[in-house]
Amino acid sequence: MAGNRVLTETHMDVLKEIGNIGLGNAATALATMVNKRIDMAVPQSRFLSLEEVMNLIGGLEEVVSCVSLRLDGDVPGQILFIFNLESTFNLVDMLMGMEKGTTRELDEMGESVVKEIGNVLTGSFLSAISSMTGLTMIPTVPMFATDMLGAVLSASLVAGGYVEEHILTIETLLFENQEQIKGHFFLFTDQGSLQTLFNSLGLTL
Amino acid sequence: MELSKGNAEIQVGIADYKVASSPHRLITLGLGSCVGVALYDPVAKVGGLLHIMLPDSTQFNNVTKPAKFADTGIPLMIEEIKRKGGNPSRLTAKLAGGAQMFSGLDEKFVLNIGQRNAAMAREILSRLGIRILAEELGGNRGRTMIFDTSNGQVTIRTIGSPIKVI
Repeated sequence: MAGNRVLTETHMDVLKEIGNIGLGNAATALATMVNKRIDMAVPQSRFLSLEEVMNLIGGLEEVVSCVSLRLDGDVPGQILFIFNLESTFNLVDMLMGMEKGTTRELDEMGESVVKEIGNVLTGSFLSAISSMTGLTMIPTVPMFATDMLGAVLSASLVAGGYVEEHILTIETLLFENQEQIKGHFFLFTDQGSLQTLFNSLGLTL
Repeated sequence: MELSKGNAEIQVGIADYKVASSPHRLITLGLGSCVGVALYDPVAKVGGLLHIMLPDSTQFNNVTKPAKFADTGIPLMIEEIKRKGGNPSRLTAKLAGGAQMFSGLDEKFVLNIGQRNAAMAREILSRLGIRILAEELGGNRGRTMIFDTSNGQVTIRTIGSPIKVI
């Protein structure tokens, strides 16, 4: 991704705004699903090392759940949702209509609930971006892992081919104000896909 | 978690390596598809721990961090072990990691990097004539590796399983 280091502050602002619009839509979708108010932090767009990406979330051995979706179409890339364990359990309880604290481990059902959340959030993120840019972005079937943050995140980025020293990271935090849900959203874009994205908005790279 | 305490512990980051001598311990956290390579000279009690991300540096044009790859990282660490008083002909190896973390995987998307990392690490070690004493590879769990340079023991920590010493 070294070739993309020519990005100016304007480009970075545009990426943040894309995060804002897409995630705003996704946060609303999540709020509707769990029937709670969901807020989001201001999206950031930066070149980060793998370790810096991990530091945004927590310790390398912290147990997290991660839904990972590949993006095909005009803007190839990868989307990740990472929730800490407590949030994961709370999300399953909320979506299954169970009392808080019921879920203490993830069975197959719990896993599909979390994957489905990833699906819905990605869908609403992409539809907002598509209607803004006119570009087509198709998510693949979500993949899921729950384990140590370091293991999950590095495996996901390596599999996606994001192995440069610094990776362009579009990131934000989604949270419920009583801290029942706290999840990180990440968008990583493939080399070349940024050009398409900026061109669709009348910017050059 | 008491294993991670103690001031003689040196952390090894992703795509990095560290060499130390007894009584220091080297630790690398959260290996997923990455592979940890511990090399040990039991006589000099000097050891190195390497955390590789990818198997083969020749697939890339611009290699800025040789410790990221099995083929370049292992020889690099051996050089450092030599400088710190270890003898390459006495080195033995222990490996951990190389897991397949994600379920529901699209085969062509992943090409099982974990497996390829493990295979390349083994190949490079065999090419260099370094015997592998133990390994804890594959599966679908993340691993933390703690390498004790006083005795060559490697402790493996996984979520939901007891600690294992290899």
